[in-house]
Amino acid sequence: MTSANQTRNPAGGVATPPAARRPAAPASSRRAETRRKWYEIIGLTTPALAVYVMFVLVPMGFAVYYSLFRWRGVGPPTEYVGLRNYVLAFGDPIFLDALRNNAIIVAGSLLIQGPLALGIALLLNRHFRGRALFRLLAFVPYVLAEVTVGIMWKLLLTDGGTVDALLRSVGLGGLVRAWLADLDVVIWTLLFVLTWKYVGFAIILLLAGLSNVPQELTEAAAIDGAGWWQTQRHVTLPLLGPTIRIWMFLSMIGALQVFDVVWVTSVPAVRSLGASGTMATYMVDNGFFARLWGYGNAVAVILFVISFVAALLFQRFILRRDIEGAITGRANRP
Amino acid sequence: MTTKRRVGALLALLMTSASLVAGCGGGGEEEAAPPGELYKNPVTLTWWHNAPQDGPGKTYWAKVAKDFSALHPSVTIKIEAIETNQLQRTRIPAALLSNDPPDVFMSWGGGELREQVEAGYLKDITDQVRTEVGNIGSAAEIWQVNGKQYGLPFRMGIEGIWYNKDLFAKAGITAPPTTFEELNAAVTKLKAINVVPIAVGAGDKWPAAHWWYNFALRDCPVDVLKKASTDKVFDDPCFVKAGQDLKAFIDTRPFQNNFIATPGQNDPTSANGLLANGRAAMELMGDWNRGTLDNVATDKAKLAQFIGWFPVPAISGSAGDPKAALGGGDGFACAKDAPAECVEFLKYIASPEVQKGYAETGTGLPVVKGAEAGIKDPALKSILQATSEASYVQLWLDTAYGSTVGTAMNDGIVAIFSGSGTPEKVVSAMKAAASK
Repeated sequence: MTSANQTRNPAGGVATPPAARRPAAPASSRRAETRRKWYEIIGLTTPALAVYVMFVLVPMGFAVYYSLFRWRGVGPPTEYVGLRNYVLAFGDPIFLDALRNNAIIVAGSLLIQGPLALGIALLLNRHFRGRALFRLLAFVPYVLAEVTVGIMWKLLLTDGGTVDALLRSVGLGGLVRAWLADLDVVIWTLLFVLTWKYVGFAIILLLAGLSNVPQELTEAAAIDGAGWWQTQRHVTLPLLGPTIRIWMFLSMIGALQVFDVVWVTSVPAVRSLGASGTMATYMVDNGFFARLWGYGNAVAVILFVISFVAALLFQRFILRRDIEGAITGRANRP
Repeated sequence: MTTKRRVGALLALLMTSASLVAGCGGGGEEEAAPPGELYKNPVTLTWWHNAPQDGPGKTYWAKVAKDFSALHPSVTIKIEAIETNQLQRTRIPAALLSNDPPDVFMSWGGGELREQVEAGYLKDITDQVRTEVGNIGSAAEIWQVNGKQYGLPFRMGIEGIWYNKDLFAKAGITAPPTTFEELNAAVTKLKAINVVPIAVGAGDKWPAAHWWYNFALRDCPVDVLKKASTDKVFDDPCFVKAGQDLKAFIDTRPFQNNFIATPGQNDPTSANGLLANGRAAMELMGDWNRGTLDNVATDKAKLAQFIGWFPVPAISGSAGDPKAALGGGDGFACAKDAPAECVEFLKYIASPEVQKGYAETGTGLPVVKGAEAGIKDPALKSILQATSEASYVQLWLDTAYGSTVGTAMNDGIVAIFSGSGTPEKVVSAMKAAASK
């Protein structure tokens, strides 16, 4: 801590100074104040809590309950089967394919989008003519609706479509593949579309992070004789850490739960062969289309547990220093 | 004190909103009037159908609702048009579960209808619709469970092969194939003039699966098929034979490249698009195809000129009935607690006059005798003739067996198309799904 009572933290925002000591008040009025504070807390959080309980916790409880039944969605569930649906899911090669596809998308998102977004954000953070336009362009795919993106790429990637024509016209005809039909290629096609769609989000987050890197530090580095590259490597990047970690967290959870783009871009047949489905599309294909409602709920619970555990581990080991105090309580404070 | 009052007001607000939410679930029900008092009380019928795209189908249903209200001013009809998959897979099941279903909604008959009846969701209309059922004939059986009628069809037809007469002439094929040997010969001739012999929308799974269904129809005796629909027993070796025949047929490479990602209908890159725009010569599809081909054709007049239809060819020496056909239809059913006017509305839709108007839209074949006059298209006329000549109409197998077995079956068939599946795996997946 510096001697100033305000300090900038790297993630942005200003830490509030400790509250000034108030003159001691009579005990009764202090109790009234405490009571009022509690009323406020209850009054202000109840609506949010009620919505959270009604639309998050209760449905989650129902999902767990339904997942224990053999249930086709007609009439109330009556045939209790215990954990059979979970056993069936992990015994289905198509579900295991979906898990693998999710893993590819998680790893691909982090390894491809991260460096790509960082490079573009560093470029867009420099001053040049038309910077606003380029920033806008980088962000446009993220703003487009998932379904729009899915249909657009589906049409572009169709057999003999625009992408094929483009590749052939620049002499790269040898690279042309059956982008959406070749069972070995389609997951990489999807990864490309997802990267195109979501890299803008990483860029915007990183740009926001970059705007919080104090000018003074880069100037100081420049005075010390550091080049542009050295400044980025030793000053900017470390200060961007919290932003990068938060982006990784959001990206990982998004990749585990990805549905829309995969659903729209890949055709049902290719999904049913395990080449392009994710856990979420598998859940809908089986829950609604095969009308295995109990089974679909079991898949939903598996998806939830995987995302939840991944989130907890990530918070525990990687986000720890960024959220210290906010979630971990006072125990670690000096 | 003020704080307390504010908290109280907040709680009151919360409770009102909660009761409002609860109210939404229970509201909207109409009391069923006693039969004698038909059209006495004002009622609102909610009607869910599957023609959401602007076109003759949607326009026609709006007109039907308006005409019915004009005939019976006490009835107001509220239409909601929902895309088929969404309607069938999520909206109707969810509405039925929540005990707030629409009064009139789509029903495709078969295994799904059976499950809905067993759960007590549908109105038994047997006694009210005897005349209509007599008019419709055996097709009405698809909407029966244990001899009781639970819905009425408005569209019904068998499937066959839609083909391009011009391309057939160019390839030197003089008459539509009547056996699979002739079909194979036609495929060879069409390849020689560099067109796709047969377009298949395998991407959507069911258009590919229908090829297997037809092999099963040709390979299985009729009573084996009937037993499979009611008991979900697939032990007869003819089901494996169907997959073997399909595999042999796929090996002659009659389909377009990368068919595994080709959608069935509704866009120019679909199998429909290939046939409608002269890039493919044949497509296996039901009677509704006339309308969906029109939607994707760049030159509708040309399409009307070259399009023709013939029944699925026979396999010489096979166990199945060569005059049997696969078919299916669309119908409507009434929710159990729907007002009595609902049944009157079903009867109205199935009346010869309304059916004739439906036939005139060209979106499908009518089900009632006396509506044939509305059919102008020659291809549709030949389907109607073949439908009446068919010795036995087997409902689409995925509809007949219900979504669970149906989906497993279609997935297994798609795997044969992709080269990774086997005929035996289709049958074992069907058996596994039946117990899932």
